[in-house]
Amino acid sequence: MLIPCPHCGNRPHAEFTYGGDATLGPRPDGMAAYTVWMEFVYLRDNPCGPHREYWHHTLGCESWIVVERDTLTHRISGSSLPGTQETT
Amino acid sequence: MTQRWRNPNGGWIDRSQPLHFTFNGVRHGGYAGDTLASALLANGVRIVGRSFKYHRPRGILALGAEEPNALVQLSVGAETEPNTKATQVELREGLVAASQNCWPSVRFDLGAMTGLFSRLLPAGFYYKTFMWPPRGWLAYEPFIRRMAGMGTCATEPDPDRYEHTHAHCDVLVIGSGPAGLAAARSAGQTGARVLLVDEGIRLGGSLLYERTLIDSAPSRDWIAGVEAELAAMPEVMVLRRATAFGYYDHNQVAVLERVNDHRARRSGDVRQRIWHVQANEVILATGAHERFLVFGNNDLPGVMLASAARGYLNAFAVRPGREAVMLANNDAAYEVARDLAEGGVSVRALLDVRPNPAGAAIDQLASTGIAVMPGASVTHAHGRSAVTGVTVAEIDNVGRPRGRSRDIACDLVCVSGGWSPAVHLHAQARGRPRYDPAIGGFVPGDSVQAERSVGAARGTFALEACIAEGANAGAEAARKAGFDVIARGANPIEAVASTPPLTIWSIGALPGTRYKRFVDFQNDVTDADIALAVREGYRSVEHVKRYTTLGMGTEQGKTSNTGGFAHVAAALEVDIASVGTTTFRPPYVPIALGALAGAEGGRHFMPNRRTAMHDEHLACGAVMLQSGPWLRPQCYPHASESLDDAARREAQAVRSSLGIVDVSTLGKFEVIGPDAVAFLERIYVNRIQTLKVGRCRYGVMLREDGIVFDDGTVTRLADEHYFVTTTTAQASLLARRLEYCHEVLWPELDLQLVNVTEQWAAIALAGPRSYDVLAGVVESGSVDNEALPYMGHTQVVIGGVASRIFRISFSGERAYELYVPAAYGASLWRRVLEAGKDFGITPYGIDSLNTLRIEKGHVAGGELDGRVTIDDLGLARMVKTDGDFIGRRGSMRPGLQDPARWQLVGVAPADGKAAVPPGAKIIAESVPGHYLGEVTSTTWSPMLQMPIALALVSAGRSRHGQTLVATSPLAKRDVSVVVRSPLFFDPEGARLHG
Repeated sequence: MLIPCPHCGNRPHAEFTYGGDATLGPRPDGMAAYTVWMEFVYLRDNPCGPHREYWHHTLGCESWIVVERDTLTHRISGSSLPGTQETT
Repeated sequence: MTQRWRNPNGGWIDRSQPLHFTFNGVRHGGYAGDTLASALLANGVRIVGRSFKYHRPRGILALGAEEPNALVQLSVGAETEPNTKATQVELREGLVAASQNCWPSVRFDLGAMTGLFSRLLPAGFYYKTFMWPPRGWLAYEPFIRRMAGMGTCATEPDPDRYEHTHAHCDVLVIGSGPAGLAAARSAGQTGARVLLVDEGIRLGGSLLYERTLIDSAPSRDWIAGVEAELAAMPEVMVLRRATAFGYYDHNQVAVLERVNDHRARRSGDVRQRIWHVQANEVILATGAHERFLVFGNNDLPGVMLASAARGYLNAFAVRPGREAVMLANNDAAYEVARDLAEGGVSVRALLDVRPNPAGAAIDQLASTGIAVMPGASVTHAHGRSAVTGVTVAEIDNVGRPRGRSRDIACDLVCVSGGWSPAVHLHAQARGRPRYDPAIGGFVPGDSVQAERSVGAARGTFALEACIAEGANAGAEAARKAGFDVIARGANPIEAVASTPPLTIWSIGALPGTRYKRFVDFQNDVTDADIALAVREGYRSVEHVKRYTTLGMGTEQGKTSNTGGFAHVAAALEVDIASVGTTTFRPPYVPIALGALAGAEGGRHFMPNRRTAMHDEHLACGAVMLQSGPWLRPQCYPHASESLDDAARREAQAVRSSLGIVDVSTLGKFEVIGPDAVAFLERIYVNRIQTLKVGRCRYGVMLREDGIVFDDGTVTRLADEHYFVTTTTAQASLLARRLEYCHEVLWPELDLQLVNVTEQWAAIALAGPRSYDVLAGVVESGSVDNEALPYMGHTQVVIGGVASRIFRISFSGERAYELYVPAAYGASLWRRVLEAGKDFGITPYGIDSLNTLRIEKGHVAGGELDGRVTIDDLGLARMVKTDGDFIGRRGSMRPGLQDPARWQLVGVAPADGKAAVPPGAKIIAESVPGHYLGEVTSTTWSPMLQMPIALALVSAGRSRHGQTLVATSPLAKRDVSVVVRSPLFFDPEGARLHG
C-alpha cells in the first residue's frame, strides 16, 4: 500500500506506523466527566468505508500525518498534516 | 541414454546440450530446455508419484503450474524441496529427483492398500472415524500422517542466497503469449516504461506449444520479431523465468524470478529474486488453463490434457504415447489431433461430446483418416498402473451414456474439457470473476485496481483477437499512464466458422460400473465426496472446499476448481453462477520461505545496533548479549571465570571501589522552547516547573489509561532547554509518542523536540572512588559536591571535548553519567578506563547493572510490564497534586484503586540460601493454585550475600514480614520467601552522597 506523505510523497506503508482514529476530536479537559474520558481512551467506531486516521512516517520525515483511507478497499483519497484541513 | 520417445527434430530444446539427471535412482538423459516432466516422458517414465490418500499411481497431466499429479522430491540434503511439480523444474545437469508418498517404490507401493479401504476414507473421514477410544487417536494419528501427505522437508538451513529488489514502471504486462507480447510492444512504442514478465524460459506463451501461423509465417518468427523490437526499446525490460505471484494494494505486484534454479550454483550466486513491482497500469495476459473431464479412472497415468500432449510434442519433441484416444468438447482439440498424428502418435479416435460439430477445425482433420465420433465420450479408462485402453459410448447432451459401449486399446487419452481463464491475479486485485456459460469458465469481472485482462485470460481464444486485444490494451494503458499514443488502424478480424464448446461437467457411469471419478486429483477428491459434503449440509462453496479439500493442493485447483464448483452447483440444484468461486489468495504458485525472507534471515532478521564503544567492549573481553536490537556487554569475564562469577565480581567492585558501564542505549531528547516546560508538565506525573537550571529529576510518564509508560530523567540545561532520558526499550516508541503529543495533541505549544538518542554516547562511572577518577579526567570545570550536587548537572571539558555530566545513580552508589557526542564515545571510554587504573576501575555489563539496581529496589522492564500503576510501584508521592498530565484521569478509574492490586515488594528466601526462580508465581502456602503475585526480577546480592528478588504481590505493602511461596512449575521448584521492602541495601541512600 502506498501512503502519500505531505512532505515526502508516495511512500510504501512499511515506512509508517499506524496511529489510530483521527476523528476523536480534541483531548477532553482534565476534569471532564468520567464517561467522556473512558470513551476517549477506549471506545472507537469501526467503520467499513472511509476512515480518517493518523500515521507516523517513522522511517521518513518522522511527522504525524492524517490519512483518508477506505477500510474496505484500502483506497487512499488524501492526506494532510494534523490541524490542517487541506488534503493533498 | 536412449530417449525412445524423443522425436529427432523439432521443439525448442537444444540438442547440442545433452543433460543427465537421476529419477528414483535411475539415470536418464535429456536436453537443455527440457522440464523434468518432458525429460521423463522422453524416457518413457509414466508413473511419477502416488496420490495423496489412495496411493493411486499418477503420471503427468499438464504442462506447467497447473500440474496436480507429477509431484517430486527435488534434490537431496539441505537443498531438497518437497512437492515440486516436475512440469516446473527446468532440467539441469546432475539433477536428482524422486517420487513421493510411496514405499518401497512408485511402481509397487504398499500404500496402495488404502485403496481397499477407500469406502471408509471419503472426504472428512477423520471427523467420523478413528474417534473411539479417544486416547486411541494418539496412536492412530502418526500412522495416518505417515500414510497420507507428500514429501519431506529439509532438516538443514536453506543454503541458498535470495534477494529482494524493487521496480517501478508505467505498464506491467504479465504473460508473454500473443496478447501479452502485443501489449508490451504497443505500450513500449509510446515510450512508456514497460516491464514484461513471463514464467517461462522464453517468450511466447501458448504459441510455444502450438504450430500456428501468424501473418503466414511460423509463430516463432513473429515472437522473434517482437522480442527484437522490445529489446531495441530502452524503456522496456523483459524478465523471463519470472512468475507474478501476488497482486497487492495500489497496483503493487510481487514477482518471483528464478535466477539460478536451472544452473548448478556456485557459492555466492543468488538462487531466486523477488521483485516488488510498483506499476501505474497492469495488463494481465495470464492465459487460461485447460480443464479435464470427469469419467471413471480419469486419473490413470496416460490421461493427459490435450494441450499438454500437444505441448510436449511441439515444444519438447516428445511423443507422450504410442496410440491415443482424444476426448474433447471444443474445436481446439482437433488441431491437437492433427499435431499428434503428424508427430508420430497414432490417433485411434477423436470423441467429441458435441452431437454436431462442424466448421474449419473439423474439416481439416477429414483428410487425416482419424475417426471422429460425435456425441460420444469415454466412460472409463482401463489399466492398473497406466492406461491400456478406454471404454467409449454415445452420450446425450448432459453426458449420460446410451446405447452400446465398446473398448478401444490405447496408451494415451488426451482430454479437453474447455478452458478456464487464469483470473487469479485479477481476483487478488479485488476483481470479482463472473461465470460465462459460453466457455464454461469464470471470466474477469469489473476491475477495482488499474488492471485489465487480455486474450485467453479474458476468455478470448481466437489468435487474431488475442493479438488485437493485447495491442489495444497496451496502448490504452500507456495512454492512462500519461503517454501519447499514435492511433493505428485496427486490422479487421475475420470470423472463423466454429462450433461452440459443450460444457459437460461429468460423464455418466455405465450401469453396473463403480470406478473412482476424480474432480480434484491432488487431494483425491471424487465426485462422490462433493455429493457427500452437500448431503451432509454444506452449502457454501468455501465450506465444501475445506470439508473435501477440493482445490487445496499445491496447484490450488487450477484445472479442477471450475468442475468442482459445477458439481457443488449440481448437487445443490442451483446455477453455477450463484455458487461462485472460492477466494483467490496469493501466492499463485508455492514460494520458498527463503525467497520471502530475502537477505533478512539469521543474523539479519533484525538490525544489530551497536554503541560507539562496541569495539572497546570487545577489547576488554566482553561477552556480548542481544538485548532487543542492541548488542550490549553482558559481563567482562576474566580467563576461566564463569559469567555468574564475573557478574558478581563486577557488582562487588562497583560497591567497593569503582565501575564503568556503557549506558549509550538510553533514549535521549532535547526539548527546547518557551513552552518546553509546559509540554513536560503535561507528560510527566512530576512537577517540572520547579526544576532549576543545572538540576535533574527522576520522572515517570503514564499512558492515557493510567498505566506506567516509562521512567527516566529530566534535566534543565538552561532556562528553556531540557534534556530527557528514557529507558532503552521504549526509546523508539517514546519518540513517536512525544511527537504525537507535540504535533497532534498540542500543536499550539511553542517548542522543538529532537530525538538525540544516537547523537550522544554515555558512560556511567559508579562507586565510592568515582569522584576521584572524574576529577582526574576533567580538564575545565568543577565537579565537586558544590558544583555538582547529587541530582545536579554541569558541563565540563574532557579530552578537549565538551561533555555533559549528570550526577544521578541507578546503582545506588555515588555515580556520574558522562555524555559526549557519539563520535568521541570510544576515546572517552579509553580515557576514563586509563585514568581509573590506579583506583581499581572495573568495566561492568548489564548482568551486574541489573544486580545493583535490584539491590536498591529500582524498577526496570520486568516491573514495567504494561499493567502497573505508579501507586503499584510505591511512587505515588511523586505525582503532582494539581495540573493535568497524561494519565491523570485514567489513574482515577475505580479498577485502579482496588487495594488488592499487585504492589512492588522485595522477596528473599526464607532460608537465606535458595535462589528464587525467575518468573515464579507467588502463592500462599495454604492455597496452592491461586496466584497472589509473581516474581519480576531476580539476582544474587553481593551485599546481602544471598539470592534476592523483586516481585509484584497483591496488597504487597501490607504483607511485609509474611512468608509466602514462590512456585515455578517450569523449574519444578517451590521456595519459601519472606515479603519485605524492595530497598534491600542502603535504604536511606546514604551512599549516594558518600
